Amino acid sequence: MTSIILAIIIGVAFGAVLDRVGASNPTYIGKMLNLTNLNLAKSILLAIGFGSVLMFGGQMLGLVDVGHMSVKSAYIGVFIGGLMLGAGWALAGYCPGTGVVAAASGRKDALFFIAGGLLGAAAYMVTYPSWKASGMLDAIAGGKVTLGSVPGAKYDGLMAVPGDVLGIVLGLVFIAVSFALPERLVSQPAAAQPAE
Amino acid sequence: MPLNWKTGGLLLGLVFFAAVLLVKPIGVSTQFVILDGIVADVVNPDLVTKTEDGYTSTNAYLAKSNGKYAKSISNPLNYSFVFVLAMAVGGFLSVVARGGLDRAERTMPALWRANFGDSPVKRYAVAFLGGFVVLYGARLAGGCTSGHMMSGMMQTSLSGYIFAAGAFAAAIPVSLMLFKKEA
Repeated sequence: MTSIILAIIIGVAFGAVLDRVGASNPTYIGKMLNLTNLNLAKSILLAIGFGSVLMFGGQMLGLVDVGHMSVKSAYIGVFIGGLMLGAGWALAGYCPGTGVVAAASGRKDALFFIAGGLLGAAAYMVTYPSWKASGMLDAIAGGKVTLGSVPGAKYDGLMAVPGDVLGIVLGLVFIAVSFALPERLVSQPAAAQPAE
Repeated sequence: MPLNWKTGGLLLGLVFFAAVLLVKPIGVSTQFVILDGIVADVVNPDLVTKTEDGYTSTNAYLAKSNGKYAKSISNPLNYSFVFVLAMAVGGFLSVVARGGLDRAERTMPALWRANFGDSPVKRYAVAFLGGFVVLYGARLAGGCTSGHMMSGMMQTSLSGYIFAAGAFAAAIPVSLMLFKKEA
């Protein structure tokens, strides 16, 4: 029961914050991805960095249970799936979580996104055996690994450095990048080339 | 107008931290599979079955990891599924509190309208197609923007970085090609 109450409290907070940062509005997603307004990217980078510093800092102080970490496996399909998600995210302006929030906020196109998503998830369910057989779901670089070795975690570290210290350092890097990133990278989208 | 990026980023970071402090990292895309499974199990009750030591399914994907998904399908009132329903409630309350969306925005976002015109059918078709590709990709990758990118990179997980590299490598060029007019 406690877990259901927590699901409601954290879920409501997450949905509300996604709405308030503009992540469930495809216009802001589009402006971020075509590099004309990076405020949302700055928020996301700051969130990752701040969350990382709090989590690893809390672990070092013994206030955060290391056992709550949940690290996903690395395999070739992660990259291919990432490419697909990225293309669809740019096209529709929604990702799975923001699509749900957008539909609840009254966006009718988000209902079509969710319907397509349910069909896409079902299609993966059916085609899963061929992906499995292809070897593209086989773990690479140790599978469920973190970049450093986090003390007390059930996951291996890719590098033999203290994972909690590295987590705080990387968190600070994310925060620094969020401040350093300009609000806009391209002046006229029509003449735009990918950054770098 | 959205929140100032700093305020928004700090709040978003706090929510991701609260999740891992109290329960576990945030993730969403699995619940599309769970909802599919719930519906499919109503149509075909043999899809998910109880075994001596848990649950399994005739579908290999739902049966993987010792029937983890099959178990959630049989018990929809679990943390992760309720979490996604609560996200919808949170989004709804937040929009109501700031006065609701205007009519034009309810049909399609301004940036889409500026680039591709007023046709709702065209917008809905693209949103549907996008949803299909996004969820197929997310399930292939084993997570989405929240699970892989945000929760993953926050925990310094290698897979989160691989996912983010793939997602932005596709998203930025596609967006640059599509949205040339500003809203």
